[in-house]
Amino acid sequence: MSVTTKISAAVLVSAVTAAITSAAFAAPLTQAEVAAATAAHKEKCYGVALKGQNDCAAGPGTTCQGTSTVDFQGNSWKFVQGGTCTSIVVPGGKHGSLTPLP
Amino acid sequence: MPAAEATSVAAQRLPIYAANLARGLLDPDHPIPAGIVGPNGKRPVKRYNVYRNNVTASLVDALAAIFPATRRITGVEFFRAMARFYVRSTPPRSSLLFEYGRDFPDFIARYEYAQAMPYLPDTARIERAWLDAYHAADVPTLAPQALGAISPDLLANVMFVPHPATRIVRSRFAAVRIFAANRQDGPFDRIEASVPEDALVTRRDLEVTVRRLPPGGAAFLTQLLAGRPLGDAAASAFNGAPGFDLAANITGMIEAGVFSALHVGDHA
Repeated sequence: MSVTTKISAAVLVSAVTAAITSAAFAAPLTQAEVAAATAAHKEKCYGVALKGQNDCAAGPGTTCQGTSTVDFQGNSWKFVQGGTCTSIVVPGGKHGSLTPLP
Repeated sequence: MPAAEATSVAAQRLPIYAANLARGLLDPDHPIPAGIVGPNGKRPVKRYNVYRNNVTASLVDALAAIFPATRRITGVEFFRAMARFYVRSTPPRSSLLFEYGRDFPDFIARYEYAQAMPYLPDTARIERAWLDAYHAADVPTLAPQALGAISPDLLANVMFVPHPATRIVRSRFAAVRIFAANRQDGPFDRIEASVPEDALVTRRDLEVTVRRLPPGGAAFLTQLLAGRPLGDAAASAFNGAPGFDLAANITGMIEAGVFSALHVGDHA
């Protein structure tokens, strides 16, 4: 680890101080202000990709619905374009077409 | 035979019977196991197929519930076919369905027909991490004051205790953008998949949040999560990403709730 730059105490202290003071403990804001402030701040800092959507998202096994899908057979299947993969461009300029590579 | 003794004999036989019944459930070409007999001694083909279908379809459904973005990307039919191959090769080891599919992303990476979607395994890894974060233990996240209370000369030696929900998924692809665009139903603009993104999954209180980490962020947090002191983790992140913003990353990790506690190491 000899090539590793040592971080000076001063750098650490200023970073921690900046971090703590920016994590505002100000007076209560309205719901809208909180949302706006949070969104703006996170956009600048970490960028929230997705939050929430926790309703009904506990995963499988949380309901006991019956199975009407007949899905136990079939070792082969036809390729079906049905997903959003056509909107996702992969390196090499190919789209995510659902065909096997040669 | 006394009733208690009969029950005990039945209890002993049950695992044997169940193991026998299970043989062939995930293989439609497997003959119906010996000893599984219908009324009048007939081969209970239709009845056995009901079990086969329930086991297979419920496990495929479980994967669809855990990996909804993956399913939206491939389309339902592709997903169910891929999931069926996985279910047959990898039956659950836990009776808790929400534990299922930990190695489904690795399976996708090897799956012949998914090779045109190289971003798909990492997208699925974020989905699996999301559910792990959701079910992780309830633990309060680290308060900023805890870090503020550390004497400046000891800051470099501070070590953090990971919050049980925290997960990091590093990707060579735009896995976070792809995940976010496909965890909802709305349309999205074309995504260039070759932009590397690192995902941070955390849970403050009851809300799972997925964030895109800034440059050096994954290296920094991975070191801290492994128990390395703050000074070393910061140095390592600077070395890997010259544009690394230490203050922003410390702010981000506190806001996200990456850690639950801190303590100061022994040596300088």
